[in-house]
Amino acid sequence: MRRIMAVLLILAVLLSAVPAFSQDMVELRIRWYDDGNEGEVLRDLLDRFEADNPDISVEIDTVPYRAILENLPLDLAAGEGPDMARVTDLGGLAEYYLDMTPYLSDADYWEENFGPFLNWKRLPGDDSSIPGFMTQLTITGPFINRTLFEQAGVDVPSDMSDSVTWDEWAAASVEVAEALEIPYPMAMDRSGHRFAGPAISSGAMYFDDMGHPTVMDEGFRDMAERFVNWHLDGTMHPEMWPLSEGYAGANEEFANAELVFYMSGSWQVGQFSEQIGDAFDWQTVPNPCGPGGCTGMPGGAALVGIASTEHPQEVARVMEYLAQQEVLGEFAARTLFIPAHAGLSASGVDFDTDLQLAKDSLGVFVGQVGTLEQIAFDLQAYGFNRAVFDATRDRLTQAMVGELTIDEAIDRIQDDVDTALAEQG
Amino acid sequence: MQADRISLGQFLSLRSGGKRVNTADALTYLYLTIGTILMFGPVLWLVASSFKTQAGLVKYPPPLLPYQQVQVEVEGYDEPLPLFAVTQEDGSARELAQVRRVGIEAQMVDPADPDAERIKINIRQREPVEEVKLAWENYLDPLVELENFDFFTYLKNSLLVTSIATAITLIINSMAAFALSKYRFKGRDAIFVLFISTLMIPITVILVPVFLVITSIGWKNNLWGVIIPGAATPTGIFLLRQYMLTIPDELLDAARIDGGSEWHIYWRIILPLARPALAVLAIFSVMWRWNDFLWPLIVLSQNDYFTLQVGLNAFQGELQIQWHYVLAMTVVTLLPITLVFAFLQRFITTGIATTGMK
Amino acid sequence: MSASPPQVIQPKPATRLLGFVDPLTRPALLLLVSAVDRVLTPIQRRVGIDKMGYFFVLPNLLIFGIFVLFPMLLNFYYAMTGGTKLFPQDRPFVGLDNFATLFDCENFTQPNSCQEDLFWRGIFNTIIYVIFQVSGIVFFSLITALVLNRRIIARGFFRSVFFYPVLLSPVVVALIWKWVLQYEGVLNGIIEILGGESKRWLLDPNWAMFWVVFVSVWALMGFYTLILLAGLQSIPPELYEASSIDGANGWQDFRFVTMPLLMPTMFVVLVLSLIRAVQMFDQIFVLTGGGPGTRTQLMVQYIYTTGFSNQIQLFGLSAAASMVLGVSLLILTLLQLRLGNQSSLA
Repeated sequence: MRRIMAVLLILAVLLSAVPAFSQDMVELRIRWYDDGNEGEVLRDLLDRFEADNPDISVEIDTVPYRAILENLPLDLAAGEGPDMARVTDLGGLAEYYLDMTPYLSDADYWEENFGPFLNWKRLPGDDSSIPGFMTQLTITGPFINRTLFEQAGVDVPSDMSDSVTWDEWAAASVEVAEALEIPYPMAMDRSGHRFAGPAISSGAMYFDDMGHPTVMDEGFRDMAERFVNWHLDGTMHPEMWPLSEGYAGANEEFANAELVFYMSGSWQVGQFSEQIGDAFDWQTVPNPCGPGGCTGMPGGAALVGIASTEHPQEVARVMEYLAQQEVLGEFAARTLFIPAHAGLSASGVDFDTDLQLAKDSLGVFVGQVGTLEQIAFDLQAYGFNRAVFDATRDRLTQAMVGELTIDEAIDRIQDDVDTALAEQG
Repeated sequence: MQADRISLGQFLSLRSGGKRVNTADALTYLYLTIGTILMFGPVLWLVASSFKTQAGLVKYPPPLLPYQQVQVEVEGYDEPLPLFAVTQEDGSARELAQVRRVGIEAQMVDPADPDAERIKINIRQREPVEEVKLAWENYLDPLVELENFDFFTYLKNSLLVTSIATAITLIINSMAAFALSKYRFKGRDAIFVLFISTLMIPITVILVPVFLVITSIGWKNNLWGVIIPGAATPTGIFLLRQYMLTIPDELLDAARIDGGSEWHIYWRIILPLARPALAVLAIFSVMWRWNDFLWPLIVLSQNDYFTLQVGLNAFQGELQIQWHYVLAMTVVTLLPITLVFAFLQRFITTGIATTGMK
Repeated sequence: MSASPPQVIQPKPATRLLGFVDPLTRPALLLLVSAVDRVLTPIQRRVGIDKMGYFFVLPNLLIFGIFVLFPMLLNFYYAMTGGTKLFPQDRPFVGLDNFATLFDCENFTQPNSCQEDLFWRGIFNTIIYVIFQVSGIVFFSLITALVLNRRIIARGFFRSVFFYPVLLSPVVVALIWKWVLQYEGVLNGIIEILGGESKRWLLDPNWAMFWVVFVSVWALMGFYTLILLAGLQSIPPELYEASSIDGANGWQDFRFVTMPLLMPTMFVVLVLSLIRAVQMFDQIFVLTGGGPGTRTQLMVQYIYTTGFSNQIQLFGLSAAASMVLGVSLLILTLLQLRLGNQSSLA
């Protein structure tokens, strides 16, 4: 046994020769997460930046997404944050962001092009800071497998009407699934954010008159009840929500043509291009309608500067480079992300794919931006929206398995949110 | 359970005792067979899955082996075309390459006769022709191509953490166990109970305070921050103490009469005798450190310091998980630990048999 | 304890033990060891032999003090504070409010009547899980150790096979079994081939708990099998010879020789598996997410979610819950040690 210890010690000594690091240049670190190839594309762009700016080197620390949600806030609170970070709790972490305004050569460019999305990253009451830009804008919306509709001989509801309701989609999906003996008519990502679109469409307000988040209205209850019942009667994928923690998607089922209608969002286009290609006709359809509109939810991730950085000037230079229309356009084209940039929205992005299905699908999502309700934007801009989304997700799940009734579940959602907000103060 | 004390030599001469195959043997082998399938089958399946393409991984029902659709070069087409087995109207079957698909109608061409007119068939009449093909890119991309995944740095860090942590764990836990089993000093029992009961608290539930301790001593993004906090394991102290209790005190007294110091006794007598228990602890420690994820994720946020587990979990995004990479890298991380185990496991059983100790 | 003859042991000369270490490191290591000896010998002369125990526990005690005891005290303070600030000095003191919140229940057997329903669900689920998991582990690792201790072909191979799952990380274990157990997974595939009917294994609450226990027994029993195997191998063969002269049969061997001598090892297995069971987290998190609903959500998951994964991280409430967990573990350990003293050290 002592031999083993000796070997381990030797190994330890040999390995501990850590390479020295040159201190000549400013090293910046980006805390990043990857859904697909975006980290690689960013690295490419940064390599070009570094070639032109030999005094700055930028290091990407790719961490699991979970570390962005759970560990980054702790690091930031402890003053151990990176120089820049890709975040999704846009408003929740706003107190830690760097206002780059004094360091930017052209702050107006940012206001002009990123204007509508800057307030997602600001604290309430702040209407001027420029903390960063969106790496991508996401729009939630449903995908359908059109080929299945054709095989079943069922008309695609959105071909005939501009305002198809959720019930009509459910009926059509069930009809297709029954005709073709397909296991899952519908599925929705396991996420309170995904649920919010349909809920708003059916009349949920999400905020009371005081601007405090609430789910205690008929609109929310209506969609919650419908949604839970769809899980019980087999209209919706019965395992996805009850048997996961956090987010879960139905990519496998959709890619295997075992799912007719899949409520997800624009980020799936890149994945479906890989996983499905043109094996069948997948297509994005407009968000279904209800008394509250025909809305999905906007969303996305942002790259922000962190206020505790020792090199705000250099951070701003990196950000300025990445935020250029040309650079951001290339980033969007290669990642198949929808850019949140006024100039690019006007000019359009020539997405880097041969697949017509993917281009069409992205086109539909871009077109959806105009149909989003104001509540959806407000909810997205609300700093503690994830507290609302997560409570919705977890409590509705309990209702699906009979641990709570729908009314109990809604009470619990409200209670969870209120308790957390009270602690937040 | 008769006559099982066999040395390594006798082990090869199975049933040399002259007993015939009996019910107990039959049951034994039945248990072993079922056990092997149950214990090892899933692992093999993991390895097979790591060679599947992204599309292959999501296939239902999951095929046992990594299949990919056959692509054929057809004259007149720039790209290779996917090959399908087509059942024609008259019931005859043939293999055709697909040019394109429009709705539920596929346009096919005969690879042997590319100039003939395209054949239109319903997509329900065709099945993809598949062959077993390994998706090596799952391994090669992370190891070579992907710039943000620095495999060899992660490997180095994992080796460092695992080896140093295991060495430290073995030394200090055996020292503590020695003290708790062979000395009578004030507070001994209190320390033992304190060790066992409080160390039972998983680090998961005191994450935030330990995080604060780590940042205040400056061990954030430092491998020592990963190594040291977990070095005092309750498992180790308990296991070793129970084992050392069985070492007769007479041995220690004899050494003392010969003038050996206490440290000498620890190093020369206790450690060699505790070898089997140390081997168990070593395996436990290696495996635990190698696979540890939650704690390193808190201490380490810069990729120069990532361990393999942190690095490979970075393929888990917000909305997508790149399973093909996760699986391939999981298999890669399994290799070193498998070797360590193969090396250590013989100590556990031979060690005890040869000393005749308990 | 068995009375084993001490004369068997011949401490090997250090040169032989370090035989294969390369010529450079070997002297260095020996130098280090003798340096420690040189420092310690005068100390030992002064304080006496028994007090040397303090020196041997010191490194552990230090790590323990800094990284366990101090954080636990800090945790205790957190438990009495509110708000969402990270640093203890920024947090308002709220006394026992957090504990009051946890114990705010109309009826302790009905989680739904509690303010923190998930905490109580976690407690009940943990109790069920621990009972079944620990008995499963003890039972199957004992059987497996007995089988592997027989004279069988390819013993090394089988030993490795049963141990191998231990090497897998909890996340990988959960993923593998998720694929096996999902509706269109391997298990239902096999059942259909055998003419049975597919089942949603993890959606049924009772089956979900069964599989959660099954999977952790699968993943962990190899480790305990190994410990028991070591215990079995150390039973002196003479005892079996003696009992066979007395005309004992296999069962009597097991009952009167194997079991009594294996008791101390069984005790080790029991304690260790209990610790691990209470700490269980990652594996279930990935396998069922605590579901269906919250039927397999354990206490540690509640503590983790409340203090860590929720957007608004409630460190105080989470710390209070972990104090409750800590106190129950302490009681459990003391009980066990008392039992252990009675059964094995008598």
